[in-house]
Amino acid sequence: MPTAAELKREGIGKYLVVYLCILALAGLQFVIAYQNITASQMFRRMFSVALVEAGVAVLFFMHLWAEKRGFLLFVVIFAVFVLLSMQFGWTDSFRLIHCGGYCS
Amino acid sequence: MSQADLTMQRHSGGMLTDRPFAIPTKKLAMWLFIIADTMTFSACLVAYGFLRNATPDWPRPFHSIVNVAVMTFILLTSSLTMLLGAQTAKRGDKAGAFRWTMITALAGVMFAVLHIREWLGLIGEGMTLFKNPWGTGLFGAAFFSVTGLHITHVIAGVIALTIVGLRYKGGRYNADDIEIVGLYWHFVDLVWMFVVPFVYLMNLAH
Repeated sequence: MPTAAELKREGIGKYLVVYLCILALAGLQFVIAYQNITASQMFRRMFSVALVEAGVAVLFFMHLWAEKRGFLLFVVIFAVFVLLSMQFGWTDSFRLIHCGGYCS
Repeated sequence: MSQADLTMQRHSGGMLTDRPFAIPTKKLAMWLFIIADTMTFSACLVAYGFLRNATPDWPRPFHSIVNVAVMTFILLTSSLTMLLGAQTAKRGDKAGAFRWTMITALAGVMFAVLHIREWLGLIGEGMTLFKNPWGTGLFGAAFFSVTGLHITHVIAGVIALTIVGLRYKGGRYNADDIEIVGLYWHFVDLVWMFVVPFVYLMNLAH
């Protein structure tokens, strides 16, 4: 844990930069919303920006970067594995939209 | 004391005091809660995505981004004020840490008020859990579920921030507790980063 003197030296400069980056990325999502693109393109762009935004917030605002590497790997690997395993249903949603649920 | 007792004490003591990943127990518990809650929100968003993708007449009822932009700005800024609160607490500035924590809670209240105002506006336009004037009735159920779960977390966060802030000021809690409640608040902010594009921006009326 950093000492009070170290914290005083550190200041809020780094966090202000991170905050402004996150704010800019959030603004970028609003710009993407007004682009004349298909829904799937919009989803891909917005999801990519949201992932970067969340990654920056987790690493710097939640200080995951400063934790032990073992813990960082535990959080990332566990979370990514479960999040990926939730994606099995997408093919079925495409089947429903293209065949109205009548094709196999 | 026998050698066996000494060995037993050493073993049980070791089991109780060893911290996984050298993280304080309360902080680790909060991280595990955050991981579990990530799964809850992800499941909600995946279910929402499934419905949106599989429904041809999905409504796009949002005409303005002003309200959601202001709400996003407030929540992102509250993460910065929370960070300042945790940092000030670690420096030992009790009054400063309490002030920043309460500013964060106030931002949470502002966010909740704007959110509820938006809900009332949509309800006033005829949107309920099961029907709306623009398209499939599934939209209301999906919208109210996802945003309702989020606003519940925000309100819980405001309550937690107030209690932890007051107890920290009263000397019952320390800087670590401010940091731990801060982790929860950052998580609430993080979830909003996914709710905004998928639930609001992708449903803008062009």
